Amino acid sequence: MTLTREQEALLNGEKGEVMAKIMKTLVMFGDTFGAERLVPVTGKYGHTVISYGLKVLGPVLDVFDEIIDAGLTDGQKFSADPRPLDKNVPSNLLEDIVFQKIMYTDQARYEEQMRKLGILDDDDYTCTCYLPEVGNIPKKGDVLSWAESSAVVYANSVLGARCNRNSGMLELMGSVAGYVPEFGFLLDEGRKADWIVEVKCKKRPEAQLLGSAIGMKVMEDVPYIRGLDRWLGTELTQEVCSYLKDFGAATASNGAVGLYHVDHLTPEAKESGESLIRENAKVYVIDDAELEHVEAGYPVVWKNKYAKPQLCFVGCPHLSLSQLEDWTFKIENCLRYSGIQKVSVPTVFTASTPVIRAFTASGGAERLKKCGVILSYICPLMYMNNPLCKAKAVITSSNKLRTYTSARYFTDKEILDIITSREGRI
Amino acid sequence: MKEFKGRVVVPGTCKAEALVSRNGFNTLASFQMALMFNKAGVPCGDQNNPDINGMPMQGKALCLPITIGSTTGGMILFTACKTGKAPACMLFSQSIDSLAASGAIMGSVWSETSMPVIDRLGEEFLETVKTGDSVTVLNDGIVQIG
Repeated sequence: MTLTREQEALLNGEKGEVMAKIMKTLVMFGDTFGAERLVPVTGKYGHTVISYGLKVLGPVLDVFDEIIDAGLTDGQKFSADPRPLDKNVPSNLLEDIVFQKIMYTDQARYEEQMRKLGILDDDDYTCTCYLPEVGNIPKKGDVLSWAESSAVVYANSVLGARCNRNSGMLELMGSVAGYVPEFGFLLDEGRKADWIVEVKCKKRPEAQLLGSAIGMKVMEDVPYIRGLDRWLGTELTQEVCSYLKDFGAATASNGAVGLYHVDHLTPEAKESGESLIRENAKVYVIDDAELEHVEAGYPVVWKNKYAKPQLCFVGCPHLSLSQLEDWTFKIENCLRYSGIQKVSVPTVFTASTPVIRAFTASGGAERLKKCGVILSYICPLMYMNNPLCKAKAVITSSNKLRTYTSARYFTDKEILDIITSREGRI
Repeated sequence: MKEFKGRVVVPGTCKAEALVSRNGFNTLASFQMALMFNKAGVPCGDQNNPDINGMPMQGKALCLPITIGSTTGGMILFTACKTGKAPACMLFSQSIDSLAASGAIMGSVWSETSMPVIDRLGEEFLETVKTGDSVTVLNDGIVQIG
């Protein structure tokens, strides 16, 4: 890799040993992928996937201390993934002890580190930093140093920004140094599609199922998706963006997709069309039967697979304002139809604090509360990240949450039916 | 004995028992519970990976195509390296992915413990190696099975 004189000086310790280690990490990382140079981060803000002071991640927090102690706190500001704890989310005494005394004992230390390193605001803990209410929205072509698989795939695919699938820690190092190695999704060649996905469903495919199927098939490759515009149209409306948010999160967690193109819809597909497809791209045809097959393959890890659900999580990734409005309307109607006042399964909807604030201002939060639904900024994945939750029958419409925890996947429609039925059973 | 040649991502040598994931290895799902609750041997916790779910990963020669899943993957690997809970080495049949690479590199730069990582060993490597085989990693990206 060829470095500029300034980069060379940083690598050789001009700004101290810690900055030299950061540069060494970035250079080694770039060399592994054949990067020829480090390029400046041009996005205004960063985003970090780390949002929790887990005791086990002590070594990660020790590195942050090294960076802070070296005075390297003038890098770009950033948002962060959602917090792992919220007292509004139901938990029993034992869970509280595990959360507070065993798992997240370093939460205060971590949040203080984030303030020193440059978090935008104490409210900017969300995986959906790119939503308008939060405002960390990169421009097309911006080079980013982000991590959080669902945010990276959204920034690349829906916003047309340029970001590799960086790991936690590495993204902050890019923000501190102000450089990232140029390879992969930063280059035009790396944004070309290795797969053509033909969507031939007879009904609009569930975003989280379609994303899961594609992720498991293409792994880390770039898919060019034909036939989805039939269901989504050709404009990036709020509703379509919400669909793509959930779809992308599933591709990234069930596989390792960092960029997808949707024919006639996403910015680069609109601009360049099928010239984005590589020669000899592989083809994957998805119809309703294929989606059913994929769903049937999900393991059910509940001890009793007929158990009555004890908790329901919706919002991984965090819900958008339009999704909250849509869910509230549907829940109110279904509860009326069932002749009950409140949901029959303890239910938590998760969204960023700025989105919750906007939803509250519009009166929606009060309506949702009347339906018995709890609204929280929590990260459901971090909440469920403990063995006690394995004994709980948790349902979700998030394929990401399903992948990492014992939560059982149901489509949005099935979740709606379960939580608004009198019995609250699957 | 069969020999394969790959590319050195993180240098080093070791001899260990193979643990083979034929599908993408989900780093977060595999490590999170074991690291968090200090489980002996670091059993794999990925319910979606029948090849290695429940099997100990610490000190093994982890053979895989690539890693998949959350972008916390790299820092999880770094943490495993720093706390001595990592596999003995990671051996990729394909080109290494960005998350595994950053984890392995951060382990090498920011911790004293280094885990040898070789990629581009080829499909035949993953078809040949079986869980329980003895695997030796030599310098220059040479991997011996048996």
